[in-house]
Amino acid sequence: MSHSLDIQAIRNDFPILNELVNGKPLVYFDNAATTQKPRLVLDALSGYYEHYNANIHRGIHFLAEKATSAFEQSRHRLQAFLNAAHAEEIIFTYGTTDGINLVASSYGRTFLKAGDEIIISTMEHHSNIVPWQMLCEEKGCVLKVIPINDEGEILMDEYEKLLTERTKFVSVVHVSNSLGTINPVKEIIAKAHAVGAKVLLDGAQASSHLTIDVQDLDCDFYSLSLHKIYGPTGMGILYGKRDLLNAMPPYRGGGEMIKEVTFEKTTYNELPYKFEAGTPNIADVVAAKFALDYVDTLGKPNIAAYENELLKYATEAVSEIPGLKIIGRAKEKVSVLSFVIDGIHHQDIGVLLDQQGIAVRTGHHCTQPLMNRFNITGTSRASFAVYNTTEEIDKLIVGLHKVQKMLG
Amino acid sequence: MTINEIQDELISDFELFDEQLDKTQYIIDLGKKLPPIDEKYKTDEYLIHGCQSKVWLAAEFRDGRLYFLGDGEPTAQIAKGLISILIKILSGQKPEDIANADLYIMERVGMGALVTSRRSGGLAAMIQKMKGFGTVYSQLEV
Repeated sequence: MSHSLDIQAIRNDFPILNELVNGKPLVYFDNAATTQKPRLVLDALSGYYEHYNANIHRGIHFLAEKATSAFEQSRHRLQAFLNAAHAEEIIFTYGTTDGINLVASSYGRTFLKAGDEIIISTMEHHSNIVPWQMLCEEKGCVLKVIPINDEGEILMDEYEKLLTERTKFVSVVHVSNSLGTINPVKEIIAKAHAVGAKVLLDGAQASSHLTIDVQDLDCDFYSLSLHKIYGPTGMGILYGKRDLLNAMPPYRGGGEMIKEVTFEKTTYNELPYKFEAGTPNIADVVAAKFALDYVDTLGKPNIAAYENELLKYATEAVSEIPGLKIIGRAKEKVSVLSFVIDGIHHQDIGVLLDQQGIAVRTGHHCTQPLMNRFNITGTSRASFAVYNTTEEIDKLIVGLHKVQKMLG
Repeated sequence: MTINEIQDELISDFELFDEQLDKTQYIIDLGKKLPPIDEKYKTDEYLIHGCQSKVWLAAEFRDGRLYFLGDGEPTAQIAKGLISILIKILSGQKPEDIANADLYIMERVGMGALVTSRRSGGLAAMIQKMKGFGTVYSQLEV
C-alpha cells in the first residue's frame, strides 16, 4: 500500500456513512458532485451558531470580533491552501460557478472587446461555457473550443493552433468532472501567457485531489468550491492575481464593498472586500477552514495515492462487466469512473444501483457538449473519495451484474 | 373503474413483492408489455421534456374522455414501465379527474423519490404532462 491512512478510522469521522439507504448500508460514490463532511466540519458549523454567531466586520462587540477573526482566519487558511502570495487575493464566493461569473462579468466586460477570442475546451462544465457565451453575446467576442482525443485528453497541438494575438482569455477545467482527466494546465497557462492572454482554471474537481500552487501554475484566476473538499455547501473562493483584481471593477454592489456612499458618488472598498458585497456566508466560510485542516491532517499526497488505488481497482473490476465501456481513459486522471453499458440507459443504472444502496450520478454531468463529442447522452459516474473502500467497489460490481440481469 | 380503483388494484399487485428491486422489476416488466406506438408520435412534438431518457406521449380526446398513447426509447426500461403504469391508470378517464388525480401509487411502489427529484426522474414531468392534458381538455368542455 502506497498510503498510510487508516481508512476505517477515517470512515468513523463521517457520520453520514452509517446511514442505511433502502435498508442497505450507504455506498456513496457521488463524490465528484459533493463530498461528505467530517464531524470536525459539522461541529465547526454548529459551534459557530451556538457560540459566536454575529455579522462580521465593523462590529464593536465581542461576538462580532470573534466571528470576524474566524472568518479572516479562513481566508488565510485558503491562501495557504493555494499558496497564494497575498490573503486579499482570496475572494469568497458562493462556489466555482460564482467565481467564473465574477471574472467573466467583471474582467470580461472591462477588458475584452469585439473580435477578442476566448478559448475553452470540449470538456468544460456548463459553468465554464455559459458565462463566456453570455460575454461573447454582449461584447462580440468569439469563443473557440480546444478539441480532445478519444481518451478524453486535450489536444495540445490543436490548442496551440487556436492561440493567436486575438486570444485574450483562456478558461479551462483543471480536472474534468465527467472524465476525471487532469489537464496539463501549467503548459496551457504558459502558452496562453506567451500570446498575452489571461487564464482562469476551473478547480472544482482538482482541489480535492491535487495539491494546488497558484504561484507555481502562474494562473491568473482559480475558482473552486469547498463542498467538494469535505467542506460546507454554498461557498467557494476565487483566487485572482492582486494586480488584476485591483484593476477590475466590483461585480455586485451593496454593503461591505464600499468605502463611502453618497447619492452623488460611491467609492469602493479595497481588496478583497470590493468583491464581497453583502453579508457573506459566514458560518460556512468559518467551517471551511476545518475541512482544509482535516485534509491536511490526512495529507493530500496520501489521499491522492489511496484514491488512485481505488480508481485502479475499480477500472480493472468493471472490465468484467459485459458491454461496459469507460468514458475517459486519460493517462493522467483522478478517481472518477464514467461508463456506459450497451443497451442500458444510464438512468436505469442509477435507479437500480440506488435501490441497492449505491449512490452514483447519471446523466450528462452538466457537460452536454462533451457528451456530444462521445455521441452519448450521458454516463453513469462513480467517483471515489478517501473514505471509500475496495469492498464498496465490489458491491458496485455485484450491483451492476444485478442491473444487467434485471434489464436483460 | 375510477383512477383510485385502478391504482389500488395495481398496488395490491405490487404488494406481492417485499423487496424494492422486485417491485422495480415488475415496473420494468409492465413496460415491456406496453404496446408500441406509431412512429409518427416519436417526434419532438410528443417528447416529454424533463426526462433523462426519451419518453413520448400523445393524447386523444373522445366522448368526453382522454386516451393516452406513450412509449420510451428501448433502453429506458424503467421510464417505459412508469409511463405504462400512468397510462393504465389515467387513460380513458375524464379530463377533470386526470387533472385532479392524486397518484399515490408512485410512493407505494417506491418511486416517490422520482416524483420529487425533478431533474433526475422525469416521472414528475410525465405526470405533469398528462395532468396538463387533463386541465386543457376539462377547460375545453366548459
